[in-house]
Parts: sequence; structure tokens; C-alpha cells
Amino acid sequence: MALGIGAILIAAQGHSPLKAYHVLIIKGFQSTVGLQSTLSKAGILIMAGLAITVGLRAGLFNIGAQGQVLSGALAFSYVGYRIHGLPIWIHIPLALIVGAIFGALVGGFAGYLKASRGVHEVISTIMLNSIAAAIVDYLTQNQFKLKNQPNTRTADILGSAKLPHIFGYPTGFLIAVLLAIFINWLFKRTTTGFELESVGRNRAAAWYAGISVKRTIILGMVFSGAIAGFTGGIFTSETTGYFVPAFYSGIGFDGITVALLGRANPLAIIPGAIFIGGMRSAQSAIQFEAGVAPDIINLLLALVLFFATAPFLAKLIKSESKTLTTTSGWGS
Amino acid sequence: MGRILSRINFRSWKFLIGLIVLVTWIYCYVANQDITNSVVASGMRFAMPLALAAMVGIMCERSGVINIGIEGTMLLSGFTGFYVASFTKNIILGLVISILTGVLTSFLHAMMTIKWKMDQIIAGTIINILASGLTSFLYKQGSTIPNTWPIFDIPILSNIPFIGHAFFSQQGPIQYLGLLLIPGIWVMMYKTRWGLRTRSIGENPGSADTAGISVIRMRMINVMIGGAIGGLVGGFICLELVGSFSNNFTAGAGFTALALMIFGRWNPLGAFAAAILFGLAQALATQLQIFGINNVPNQFITMLPYVFTILVLAFAAGKVRPPAAAGKSYEKEKS
Repeated sequence: MALGIGAILIAAQGHSPLKAYHVLIIKGFQSTVGLQSTLSKAGILIMAGLAITVGLRAGLFNIGAQGQVLSGALAFSYVGYRIHGLPIWIHIPLALIVGAIFGALVGGFAGYLKASRGVHEVISTIMLNSIAAAIVDYLTQNQFKLKNQPNTRTADILGSAKLPHIFGYPTGFLIAVLLAIFINWLFKRTTTGFELESVGRNRAAAWYAGISVKRTIILGMVFSGAIAGFTGGIFTSETTGYFVPAFYSGIGFDGITVALLGRANPLAIIPGAIFIGGMRSAQSAIQFEAGVAPDIINLLLALVLFFATAPFLAKLIKSESKTLTTTSGWGS
Repeated sequence: MGRILSRINFRSWKFLIGLIVLVTWIYCYVANQDITNSVVASGMRFAMPLALAAMVGIMCERSGVINIGIEGTMLLSGFTGFYVASFTKNIILGLVISILTGVLTSFLHAMMTIKWKMDQIIAGTIINILASGLTSFLYKQGSTIPNTWPIFDIPILSNIPFIGHAFFSQQGPIQYLGLLLIPGIWVMMYKTRWGLRTRSIGENPGSADTAGISVIRMRMINVMIGGAIGGLVGGFICLELVGSFSNNFTAGAGFTALALMIFGRWNPLGAFAAAILFGLAQALATQLQIFGINNVPNQFITMLPYVFTILVLAFAAGKVRPPAAAGKSYEKEKS
């Protein structure tokens, strides 16, 4: 349905929608290069989607994954190019953990604001997005800037901080799938997961059951932020190798689409992530070969999100539609 | 007068801040009239769109609908308004289209939240993502509009010392319209039957329904009036203040407006006062930047409104009480 509306819009601009979608499929899924790039992007999106999912399960709508990804990525890059002489199996995990910690700090701050001061996380995280973007921009233009370079960017990360490929395919995707399985296990089998979920379902009941709601809200945001920061690290390590803020635009928001498409189920988000990853990796090709502005992808994704969350459609599709609820007023 | 005075809590921190601002203002005015006037005028230009956007939030939330799609509404309506104006060379038509777009966008929002009972936060987010996707896809560089609205002084009123310059000079027509609109909304909200009904469905839709008020219809109407104001703001920014459309020109203003709404306790005049305070602070920071008095990097100046929003929410939100039913979709009980 979203594709149909997209087609009308492309046609309205005087391009052939069929050609555009053809390019989308060829570039995204058929060629080896296309598949590699799709999987690499899908891995990132799975992780970003997981970050949102963890929040949604705990009743928190973390719109701020974008800012958390940025902070995590910058922290990762810094550790990645600054610390010399570590073997690869120490350097990568170390840098990733530092990235995750910074993401968790940003997310956790929003969680703290919600738990102790009653600030709705949608607003605080959107604001933190802009604040993180400004700080990161400042740091890359000053302290962390690679000298004697016209562009604002950091130095390349060292070889020991780059994720190796397995048979030419990106490792990030594998890590993402493992992470999804882990999160799924966390929610199904552990106390922490249960507590997060109870707070998400019914805060009052969770409180009666003796769960510390405030602690759990903060934990949920810390967790969500940590995954987002981790995502930023993996993305830097696998794709770019250095830090430029613009590289990361859209990751956090695609993560929202992915999470909502998968109805906040850690395993169900994987196909959606692969689909969107394919669209993203064909994004520049669609401009060169079909002449359509690349922003069409953003538009398509918004439509996909709309149709995926509109409940009247959910009823038609008859998926086990747990309606997602994140609103409970501003106060609590 | 006595009634007003007795209402002011002279020891509250808001009163203190107000006093400090007033004293500083008078001092600056005496010290250098021209600069003070220009800072105040630009402060008002910062404040008015935010204040009007906060009105959108108030219209919606007083009737029980949380609208975080204000951002997207403004973006879309600014976009359509600007391109219609640039295409037809007619600014007034552009503004009308802006308002219509606002109404249509909010109609979509109302359908999602009120009729289909979707989660209100997700509905707003969809509006925002849809708006930024649509506008960036259709955006073409290089379009211009023939001219923006002229800036003029309102006769007589602009000669009042202090206040005259702040409110009634060096602004365009929509700015002045806003000065009428905001008190107008306050009167509607607190002095009319319609306002009482709106507030009642925001507090307790169940009993309002029992009293014979159609909750669904009232909410739809309120959200759409809000949308019309949101459209006005979009047109205001693109056609009067800036005179062009650029991608994501709203840059979070819709969210800052929500913070101002909370700061002003869901009261139109309160939100307006909060917006003025905010606008003046912003104008002052910009002015200091121009004079090179402070060498704070400009990223930190850009950050100001966002930090402000978080601070306001952190220190005001906990203590204020939102309309009780805001955020909950209303389901009629089945008999």
C-alpha cells in the first residue's frame, strides 16, 4: 500500500515508478555487493530497532536513539583511533563498551528525568538528540578534528578496531541477530526482562508487586541507550572507519520504524530491518539510475510506518496485534 | 486591580524572575534605547511562533489529546504555503493554503487518535516523520516568493513607553494577529460555554458525556482548530518571518512549544508569557554573539532552546497538573 502511494508520487514527478522499484530490488537484494551492503545496513537497523524495542517493552518511547547512536559512535571512534597497541580482540570490545556506555549515559539521563522529575521521554529524548548533535558537532570541529584536513572528521580508527568480515559478509549482521536472540531470551526468561515488561504493561500493578518502578524506568532507558550507542560503534567500525556526524543521520529514526513494524518483538523485527536495509542501500542507486530524489525512501518509510501502526489495518492482517501503548499523560 | 494583586505570590520564584527581567529591561532601555528596542523586537519575533504553536498544544490537550505532531503540522503547512505563494505570487493565497494544510494534517491526527484510538504519541510521531519525509522529497531549491509582508508600526499604540515598542512596532501583520489571537483563545477557553465543555472533556470525558456533550465531536473540532493555528504558524514562519522554506526549518520548535505550554500551565496567557521570556533570552544570546561579547561557540547557542526545554520540564513538569484525560482515548461505555 505504501509502495502504491509512493509509485503515484514518483509518477507525479515525471519518473517511471516501475523503473525506480526495479532498481530498488536489483541494487538492494540481487547483486552480491548489494546484498552485502543490505545485510550490513540491516544489521545496524536490527540493533537500532532493538534499542527502541527494549524501550517500548518497558513502556518507554525512546525517540532519542539518534542522539545515543551519535554519542556512542563518537566515543567509539575516539577509543578506536587514540589507543594504540591493543590486540583486536581487546580493542574492539573495549571501544564498543565505551560507545555503549556513552549511549547509556544519554539514554539514562532521559530515564532519570522521567523517573524522578516526570519529564515525558519523547520530549526529553528529542531535545537530547539536538543537544547531543550540537556537542558532537562541536567536538568534531575542535578537539577531535583530524588536523590538516579540509573536512571536519576524526582520524581513521586503527585496524585493530575494525570488525573483520566473514567470507566477505559483514559481521555486524551476525552480532545483531545474536543480540536479538539475547534480548528475546532476556524478556522471556530473566527477572530483569520480566520487571521491564511488567512496568511497561501496568505500572501500578508492577508497583504493587514490589518492583521498583523508578529504577526499572531508568534501567530501561539505560539499556535502550546502551544498545543505541553500541549500534553507533558497530556502524563506525564496519562501514566508515572514521567519524563524521552526517553519516549517522536517520539510523535512530529507521530504528523506530523497524521496531514498530516488528511490533516490538526482538525476533520479529529482523525481516523488517532487512527490508528497510535493502531500501536504504539502494537509495543512491535510485537517484542515479531512475532519477528519483533519494528522499523518496524516507517518504516510503513514513507511509510504511503509518500503515503498520494503524490499527484498522492491523485488524485486517490479523497479526497478534498487541496494541502498543506508550502514552500515559505527562505526569507520570 | 486589587484582585489581581492579591493573586500574585510575591515570594514565588516566577515573580522574582519577572521582576529581574523587568528591571534589566528598564535599565537597558535607559542605557541604550536603540539596541534594547531591536533586541526586544527580535525577541518578540522568536516568541510569537512558539507562543502560537503552544496554543495548538493547549487546544488539543485541554480537550484530552496529546499532540506531539505540532512540529510536522508546521513543517507541512509552511511547505505548502510557501510553494503556493511562490507559484502564484500571491502571499495571501499561500497563507490560506497553509492554514488549510494545518487543518488537513490535524484531521489525520484526529482520525488516528480519536476515531481509531491509536497511541497518541505514536500518531504524533507518524505526522512528524511523514511531514519531514514528504517535504524533503518534494523540496526544490531556488523557489522564492515575491516579497514578505511589510514590517510596520501600529500608530498610537507603538508610542506607549516600554510596552509600545515591544508589542506594537517593527513587526508584520501575523505577529499582530497573534496578539489578538492569544487573548482570544484565553477568553474562549475560560469565559465561554464552548471553553467549559472543552475543559470538561479534557478532565473527565465520562461525566461530560453523561451531561450530553459529544466527546468525540468536541475533540475532533478542537484538534482541528489547533491544526488551523499550527498551519498559521507554518505560514507565519515561511511567509512573514523568514520568507523562504528550508528543510526542517522548524528544528524542534514544536517540542519547545509543548514545554512552554507546560511552563504556562496549559493557560494561553501563561504560555505566552513563557514564550516571551524564552524569546527575549534567545534574542539576547544572539545579540551578545553578534557583538562578540561572549566567545561561546555557536553550537552552544543553538543548544540553548533545547537545554531550556529540558530544564523547564524538569523543574516545572513535576509540580504542575495536566488535564486529567490528556493522552487517553475515549471509549463510550456500552450499555
